[in-house]
Amino acid sequence: MTRRAVSFELNGLPAEVWVEPHRTLLEVLREDLGATEVKYGCGEGVCGTCTVLLDGESVNACTVLAVQAAGHTLTTVRGLATEGQVHPLQRAFLQHGASQCGFCTPGMLLVAEEFVREHPSASRDDVRRALAGNLCRCTGYTKILDAVQAYVADGDR
Amino acid sequence: MYADPFDYAAAGSWAEAVDLLRQGGEEAKVIAGGQSLIPMMTLRLATPGLLVDVNGADASRIERHDGRIVISAVTRHADLERSPVLATECPMLAEAASLVGNVRVRHRGTIGGTLAHADPAAEIPCAALVLGADITMLGPEGERRVPAAAFFDTYYTTALRTAELVTAVEIPVPPKDAGWSFLELLRRASDFAVVAVGALVTLDEGGRCVEARLAAAGVGERPVDLTEAAQALVGERVEDPAVREAGRLAGAAVEPSAAVHASSGYRRAMLEVFVRRALLQAAERARGAAA
Repeated sequence: MTRRAVSFELNGLPAEVWVEPHRTLLEVLREDLGATEVKYGCGEGVCGTCTVLLDGESVNACTVLAVQAAGHTLTTVRGLATEGQVHPLQRAFLQHGASQCGFCTPGMLLVAEEFVREHPSASRDDVRRALAGNLCRCTGYTKILDAVQAYVADGDR
Repeated sequence: MYADPFDYAAAGSWAEAVDLLRQGGEEAKVIAGGQSLIPMMTLRLATPGLLVDVNGADASRIERHDGRIVISAVTRHADLERSPVLATECPMLAEAASLVGNVRVRHRGTIGGTLAHADPAAEIPCAALVLGADITMLGPEGERRVPAAAFFDTYYTTALRTAELVTAVEIPVPPKDAGWSFLELLRRASDFAVVAVGALVTLDEGGRCVEARLAAAGVGERPVDLTEAAQALVGERVEDPAVREAGRLAGAAVEPSAAVHASSGYRRAMLEVFVRRALLQAAERARGAAA
């Protein structure tokens, strides 16, 4: 119940928050650090909208306590782009119309980028399975898969 | 949704974790990956007053010692999935781990956590049962080991006593010529299984079953050992109609409760289907191992 200082790296920059243990990483990122690119979907870890990278691995920010992030490295979708340049996967999403309302997009991008990084020759079916935990209510997933498939084929990382 | 505020302490060792749990009494609960616990707390289904974080108590570890695989309780499902040790020594456990939740859940969730949480539809408790795993626990009175068959009691209830926690899991390496299968039926991605089945089958040179082990999740208040249903296969070829009969016997042996995701009749029917498929796949792998 007592607040404590929690420091971590967020998109390459040091961050420090003063939080109670019951607050999730999702809530603290959005409310205390203004990282509203991390979205609240289900709050249970099944929809993927709150995906962030913790030490480079995708996690549900809603099922990590902020205190558990102490001393670790966090990356949100903002951390995908470098030096103001859109990431090639983001460009593919734009080119293929893979984003409608945009709510699922940050999570889709982070999970897809991680998966393709680990499986550079992934098939469309591999990608479909990899994104099974990211829900989209708008697109029907087809254009998202088109975009990721194009990104795989392009080889431009 | 947010959790009822609680106290929090991080343990640097298992001994420290036990101490913190002991001090916290009834209010204390272990948190490792938090993939089951945190959603329960934000939904206010669980309101422990103290969380003892064990992520720093040990390292993720999967090692082979003699004929056994020893896994530390804080080993993540993703580590099980990717483990080169499990790929050669016990691929069933890697497969079961790959089916847990979604990729993000697997990056955090731990084997100790899913065993201690004991959801009857969870994959890893079912795999632990069919593999004959032993579960190591540490408490104020010291360390003890319990076989999986005696570890799971009922929904979310295990042999763990107050201030005890799971520290490791040991699995006897299945025989090299044993075929395995782990299959589950899901209605939605990231869900718990409607039913999940794990099977181990050993064949003789003539292709007849020498040994068969079978367990299922989602068909009772804990994972269910269905080895007896597979006994009719011993001495026989693992094919229809014998496997279909094994499925029917398995279905007759369980009393699945109705739940939101599936009626009891549906679970029973699907158990029969998946027992048959798992036995056939395990036998096919056994033939492949022999080839």
